Amino acid sequence: MPVSLSLLLISGVLIACGVYLMLERTLSRIILGFVMLGNGVNVLFIIAAGAPGLPPFEGSADPEDMTDPLPFAMVLTAIVISLGITAFGVALAYRAWQLFGHDEVPDDVEDRRVLRRRRRRTEDSEHLPWSQALTEESRRGALAQSQGLFAPEDDDPLGSDLTSAEDVPQDATEADAGGEPLPPKPGRRRAEKHGKSTDRPAGERPAGESARDTRHMGGVPGAGPSTETDREHTDGQGER
Amino acid sequence: MSIELLLALPVMLPLAGAAFTLLLRHYTKLQLWVAILTLSAIFLVAMVLGYYVTLEGVLVLQIGNWTPQLGIVLVADRLTALMLLVSSFVTLAVLVYSSAQTVSENIERTPVAIYHPTYLALMAGVSMAFLAGDLFNLYVGFEVLLAASYVLLTLGGSASRVRAATTYVIVSLLSSIIFLAAVAAVYAATGTVNLAEMAVRLDGLEPGVRMILELMLLVAFGIKAAIFPLSAWLPDSYPTAPAPVTAVFAGLLTKVGIYAILRLETLLFPASQIQNLLLAAAALSLIIGIFGAVAQTDLKRVLSFTLVSHMGYMLFGIGMSTQLGMGATIYYVAHHITVQSTLFLAAGLIEHRGGTTNLIKLGGLQKLAPVIAVLFFIPAMNLAGIPPFSGFIGKVGLIEAGIQYDRTSGWILIAISVITSLLTLYAIAKIWNRAFWQEPSEEIISRDVPLPKVMGGATAAMIAFSLALTVLAGPIMEYADDAASSILERTPYVSAVLGDEAAEELQYRIDDAGHRLDGNGQEVDE
Repeated sequence: MPVSLSLLLISGVLIACGVYLMLERTLSRIILGFVMLGNGVNVLFIIAAGAPGLPPFEGSADPEDMTDPLPFAMVLTAIVISLGITAFGVALAYRAWQLFGHDEVPDDVEDRRVLRRRRRRTEDSEHLPWSQALTEESRRGALAQSQGLFAPEDDDPLGSDLTSAEDVPQDATEADAGGEPLPPKPGRRRAEKHGKSTDRPAGERPAGESARDTRHMGGVPGAGPSTETDREHTDGQGER
Repeated sequence: MSIELLLALPVMLPLAGAAFTLLLRHYTKLQLWVAILTLSAIFLVAMVLGYYVTLEGVLVLQIGNWTPQLGIVLVADRLTALMLLVSSFVTLAVLVYSSAQTVSENIERTPVAIYHPTYLALMAGVSMAFLAGDLFNLYVGFEVLLAASYVLLTLGGSASRVRAATTYVIVSLLSSIIFLAAVAAVYAATGTVNLAEMAVRLDGLEPGVRMILELMLLVAFGIKAAIFPLSAWLPDSYPTAPAPVTAVFAGLLTKVGIYAILRLETLLFPASQIQNLLLAAAALSLIIGIFGAVAQTDLKRVLSFTLVSHMGYMLFGIGMSTQLGMGATIYYVAHHITVQSTLFLAAGLIEHRGGTTNLIKLGGLQKLAPVIAVLFFIPAMNLAGIPPFSGFIGKVGLIEAGIQYDRTSGWILIAISVITSLLTLYAIAKIWNRAFWQEPSEEIISRDVPLPKVMGGATAAMIAFSLALTVLAGPIMEYADDAASSILERTPYVSAVLGDEAAEELQYRIDDAGHRLDGNGQEVDE
């Protein structure tokens, strides 16, 4: 089967760009990537139709000389389908922007919990080997948790994420923090640590945090409506 | 009027019903009844189809009287009829269940107006995927059901659902694109997308090309079926949806993927060179899925992980591709659709009574809500494979097939499936211990909501269906065996679609022991 090199190149470039965009973190870029990928694959169908020939009208020419019409019928169907799905994806990205102020794809809940746990551990004892990194208190806490003595939500905001029934406010993802580690939870253990560490003034961290917050809000296009909905959600009212 | 015209109904009825319910969006009650009637009609059609395929073998409908090479063909054999029957029953029961839920508590969270049309569109997509006689139509069926599932997963557009749906949508988009590229590649290699004609032409291709095509399609279907390395999206996205939606997704959508893999491995690429890959994926799904389930503390997440794990059982049977293994797989698919959906419905009941699905907060439900306890206990034991339930029968069938298969990979998988069964029991026992025993918290005692009769009734109907699968295991197994031998032979399908001459061109068939034979009965080894 003769294959047009230019079609093959076009399809290859489209698919490569599509894959690159698909690997991005924001939903809108992923959808652009999906559109490009889809177009690249549609070009593959045109390649599969074989060498170009005469228009396939019945009786106009010898069927041997005509272009194979079947792949084009499939391409048309595929275009219609991807149009509909793209519309849905864009709507989803818009809704995510309304709710969270960005359309970033969240990390897996489980992944973030593991990450959080590890970070908390290293925070407490950076110099200890892994096996001793857990403090006695947190070990007891884990035991109590496994016995069901208290709900994990007290300690772990992501625990509430696992209960699917109620809608939970957006938790800051790693990407939100712009490379910085997640803001530590203001809690019992935190306060203790501040008391111990003398090399850093206790007020420094919260100041840094609020600076990060404002930068985050400011950096988002259309921060006005989004912050409003954000606040609504953190207030725990849920949506109406 | 010929009986073949019935084949169009499982697709046409729900689509018409979806349009109709959309028009009736201001009349909630009427909408519900239209949806229920539509699904009952499909159930009846599936029963009639099941009767006729046992009489006449494979039924074929050529839409618009186009030749099968050019037009759309719908094909129903025993396997299709069984899948249609089970899936229409499950969707019907879940719809009845959800009617009570949307009325009782979720009224502002679930806009009912679009729920019923989307639900029916989902059913249309599922039926189309089961009936599709060509690869491109299968793609369209997948897209219809996926588009509907996106909407159902984001019902209400709340924060947690949008987040969960994002992952799901992206993964599904990717699998669709891979599928579409595979269709293009298949067309380039064989010049057709008709499954029967592909079966004839693929036999003549070089092994390398065959393998590429097979792997592309396998990845696309594997994502949908949530087979291990491609399964990470499932436990993250399913649990956030409303309980009935999760029940349908868990029961049906993954099984559509398994159905596609089953067709792929028998009709298109009989007993192919990647059998060991399939068996390895089955083993990893089984073991990693169940470890995930054991580690979770949320009821719906535990169930989602067991779903991933138990996909391995079905892949085990497909990977062996022996007569016995296929028969057991087909039976297991029917069992698993029913029981997994029932468990999610029971989880919805628990959530209704306890206010949460977090196992740490729940407790004491056995005393507070004995009916829910029974409704959860039976499908849970069924899932874990406790005799005499259908889960036990399916697993015994698979293990028996593994013993007969008698290769190292088979023995390893037998060991893993027994361990998984045991760990499933452990996970279930953990749920039971946490949610039904223990001291109930004040919150749960004070939250005294009665069990809506409709929800309990729908769950009970599902349990009755799964018990029917148990009681009638003999005839159903026989039926599944017939279905298995017909799909392993390949000729009935091809000759029904293309005629007997084409069927004679088939080069390979699979014998009872899962070996690929060429025309002279010689085993082929690549």
